[in-house]
Amino acid sequence: MSDLKFEDCLTRLEQIVTALEAGNLPLEESLKVFEEGVILARQCSRYLDDAERRIEILVKDEAGATTARPFAWQAEDEA
Amino acid sequence: MSERAVLTVSQLADRLRAVLEERFPAVWVEGEISNFKVYTSGHAYFTLKDESAQLKCVLFRNRARRIRFEPADGLHVLAFGAVEVYAQRGEYQLVVELLEPRGLGALQLAFEQLKERLQREGLFEPARKRPLPRFPRKIGLVTSPTGAALRDMLRIIGRRFGEIHIVIAPAKVQGEGAAQEVAQAVRELHAVGDVDVIIVGRGGGSLEDLWAFNDEMLARTIAASKIPIVSAVGHEVDFTIADFVADLRAPTPSAAAELVVREKQAVAESVSDLGRRLAAAMARRLVRDRQRADALGRRRVLTDARRPLRDLERRVDDATARLRRAITTAVRHAAHRVELAARGLRAQSPVARTLGDRRRLTELSARLDRGVTRQLDGARHRLGTSAGRLDSLSPLAVLARGYSLTRRPSGEIVRSVRQVVVGDDVDVLLSEGTLACRVNATKERDERPEI
Repeated sequence: MSDLKFEDCLTRLEQIVTALEAGNLPLEESLKVFEEGVILARQCSRYLDDAERRIEILVKDEAGATTARPFAWQAEDEA
Repeated sequence: MSERAVLTVSQLADRLRAVLEERFPAVWVEGEISNFKVYTSGHAYFTLKDESAQLKCVLFRNRARRIRFEPADGLHVLAFGAVEVYAQRGEYQLVVELLEPRGLGALQLAFEQLKERLQREGLFEPARKRPLPRFPRKIGLVTSPTGAALRDMLRIIGRRFGEIHIVIAPAKVQGEGAAQEVAQAVRELHAVGDVDVIIVGRGGGSLEDLWAFNDEMLARTIAASKIPIVSAVGHEVDFTIADFVADLRAPTPSAAAELVVREKQAVAESVSDLGRRLAAAMARRLVRDRQRADALGRRRVLTDARRPLRDLERRVDDATARLRRAITTAVRHAAHRVELAARGLRAQSPVARTLGDRRRLTELSARLDRGVTRQLDGARHRLGTSAGRLDSLSPLAVLARGYSLTRRPSGEIVRSVRQVVVGDDVDVLLSEGTLACRVNATKERDERPEI
């Protein structure tokens, strides 16, 4: 999957849908963007599938450099 | 050696009371009000303070009624009253008889001045405010690592869209050095990379506790941030300078989390909705194009008219299958989320509600599938009939009447002399067979001999 951000993916998908709905594109172009749209829709759903919960906290080490460490936390209502 | 003079605590308190209450039976004190609180009894308690000292004050109900203005935190006042020792707590306090405002409190004045200056510089302009990303992947939280604000934000984000990357940049949010720590945390989150949005959050507290967020250096750091910042540091009613410069102000950290993170189910639904609209728009497009092709059928000469149609059909079929898989995944995932939420909430939440959600989702998914199928089946059907009709209007009939058709080797039909130059090879299609020709000369339309 490309490194396109989910936000960008969805924005592009919206542009495509809007353009197709306006119906001004030549056929060949329509088909091209349609196929792009299908790929984007798939990427978006895959993003929703693959997203992972990750909570980190920035910690300073002895040398003063900042690193991210996992932050342990469990919501009371999520047992 | 004389006996040590030992007093009990009560004895000392009594002596102090005697000294203080005799020495200060009626005194004017100037200071700034803080922690002003009216109890249900009608008595008001507050603290008078200046740069280096604080004085507890009580304003009894019968006296409070005589005061002509609303005492509030930050106001600079003159208080008149008697000093009283409250031995049980080892405190002394001023029993206030009279209270007079003394213009704006120094802190308040500083706040107003800074606010006006930054406003003049345009730092609060709506045009400067960056929109929040609708679907952040990585969220930065600047807050106290031990505060309730952090727990509230993590809980809400976890509930709405658990699978998100959160980076906590710990900072002291009140007291000495808090402004510097918050600004530093904002800068560190920039260094982390890919942070889509930052929430600066803190729980409730007194007005002085908010003071860190009225710091000019912090205001400028927030204004200069490349990442959109949501400020959730104030109270419902008290705005800080940070609130004014931030891209968005939220009344509480919980509200900020809700503004920043959408519910996963809603996101999945908008993806599905886009997929459905995509298929519908393409289907409409194809239908319309076929209709136009029908209308142009006589003029358009495509001896192999059916091949591109078949190609088209195949591409639409492929894409549709992929689209349907994508939509199914999105919907299934949303269903899974609801399932998880239902499992988590089952204990507290009314069963009816989750059932309703599931039913809605199932129905939605079925409708989506029906909609896409119907539209695509319809389009395919019309595509098939159109192809048949196109065939029956074969342009070969036109060629049989003696017209011919000129094409470039690429297959492009030559409609104008401007499409070719001298020396180009062209194919001339006749009713039976093709002439391979080379262009000797070209003439513009007006030079064309009458037929």
